[in-house]
Amino acid sequence: MNVTPPTRSHALAEDLPLDSGQTLVGARIAYETYGELAEDRSNAVLICHALTGDQYVASTHPATGKPGWWERMVGPGKPIDTDRFHVICANVIGSCMGSTGPASDGPDGKPYGMRFPVITIRDMVRGLVALLDGLGIERLHGVVGGSMGGMQALSLAANWPERAGRVLVIASTARHSAQNIAFHEVGRQAIMADPGWAAGDYYSSDARPDNGLAVARMAAHITYLSEEGLTRKFGRRLQDREATSFSFDADFQVESYLRYQGSGFTQRFDANSYLYITRAMDYFDLAEEHGGKLANAFARSRHARFCIVSFDTDWLYPTTESRHIVHALNATGNRVSFVELSAPNGHDSFLLPHEQLDRVVHGFLNG
Amino acid sequence: MAESRTPLRFDLAVIADAIAGYGPGRMVLDIGCGDGALMAALQGDSGCDARGIEIDAALVERCVARGLSVVQGDANIDLAEYPDKAFDFAVLSQTLQTATRPDLMLDELLRVGERAFVSFPNFAHWRTRAALMFGGRMPVTSALPVSWYETQNIHHVTIDDFRDLAREKRAVIERSWFFARERAISPVGANWRAEFAVFQLSR
Repeated sequence: MNVTPPTRSHALAEDLPLDSGQTLVGARIAYETYGELAEDRSNAVLICHALTGDQYVASTHPATGKPGWWERMVGPGKPIDTDRFHVICANVIGSCMGSTGPASDGPDGKPYGMRFPVITIRDMVRGLVALLDGLGIERLHGVVGGSMGGMQALSLAANWPERAGRVLVIASTARHSAQNIAFHEVGRQAIMADPGWAAGDYYSSDARPDNGLAVARMAAHITYLSEEGLTRKFGRRLQDREATSFSFDADFQVESYLRYQGSGFTQRFDANSYLYITRAMDYFDLAEEHGGKLANAFARSRHARFCIVSFDTDWLYPTTESRHIVHALNATGNRVSFVELSAPNGHDSFLLPHEQLDRVVHGFLNG
Repeated sequence: MAESRTPLRFDLAVIADAIAGYGPGRMVLDIGCGDGALMAALQGDSGCDARGIEIDAALVERCVARGLSVVQGDANIDLAEYPDKAFDFAVLSQTLQTATRPDLMLDELLRVGERAFVSFPNFAHWRTRAALMFGGRMPVTSALPVSWYETQNIHHVTIDDFRDLAREKRAVIERSWFFARERAISPVGANWRAEFAVFQLSR
């Protein structure tokens, strides 16, 4: 993994208390902004990134040189219009693009590694709220997130209900299911089984758990797609050959594609961050945080408007999970919209071009 | 929000007027809200807090894009998720005849709303009767414009049937409106003269 200095970084004014009871001392949050902040500071939109995302939502990624991960959604005249909104996107704590995480130096000057405290989604949001405090933004026009970003948006709405006027949650869930946890555990075990992992203390060594991290990414990547999408894209077509090789080479295009996804990922992501962030997602259960009843989580959110979006081919966070959130919001009299959009590409659909999604996002933020 | 306003469909117009008569700030649930025309009018003109349920994703998307709070779902199932008397008014316009169980739907309407508005095409209209009597085929009229095999209407109902149902359900019919060719007509002989009916109910 190349360590790239973030463009902007905010040193938190105070130590960050964590759900585990531990405290993160001297934490930094790396972030990007787009568009001008209005004089009355009323036009800020916070975008929360997904598991392996980062703050480069609409600008070139410094490590990969690739366009921002939601470039098509955020920009002048785009659904999240930076001519109108001041968009903030921050790297969550625990991650590795400039915010404090396991690859950062601890108080003793050595990388935290596995000494980094276990964090939760709510801890990530605590960090984001502390950043907003630092930027002098009292109340967001809206908070927007897909997948893990949606969990953060829900957590913010539940725990800091006065901080956002609109809450847009795409392809997400209010709790991680057993299946979700199971897939994450496969990824974590792949990393920890890699000799290069060295109990998380690999930062000063030449060996890195790249093989384990690549396998984790490959397994996760399958859950982001749909069978229909995979079949359409690859089928059983062979890669650069006329016949199967009777070996364990990447005979099939789909194998080659996954290997490419896996190896590319190790160039930009820290294996320990992957452990910590997947753990945070697994721990996420918004109902459990609020006495076992999801409706309780939103009891103080009545002055916000919610919009929940799911995709019909998403089997990682299926529509039933979104409906669960919608029912809880209805039960508490919150203003909520919900739509299940049709898309062939499974969970990944929220990152891909989708005209209806664009209209919903634009309409919800502007309406 | 800047939006060209088209006149409301006749049954929605009387419902909007009736709700406006109760003063601003009312909570309204529009079940089967379509593209949100009634909700937009209620929020804009009457300062209501309107919510909608709609089964068609494309229509829900249009509602959300115009800034309305609409949940995609099946009213037959999802109404159960709403608390008792959460709304001042529950509106069911030209949807009763598509409900799996219109009787249970009426119960749910009067449970979630203090008052309910129900509008439906009247199957006892003389044109429908004539088509069935003389044509011997399921009528296709301006009020029931779709052939029997592709219609969403699964429980055809007449004005008298609906009055009976309201009585059975101990619902009070507070007001009623009748229409033929999209114009209001007097209640005299409504069961054979009206193409559409709108009822305001409470319990």
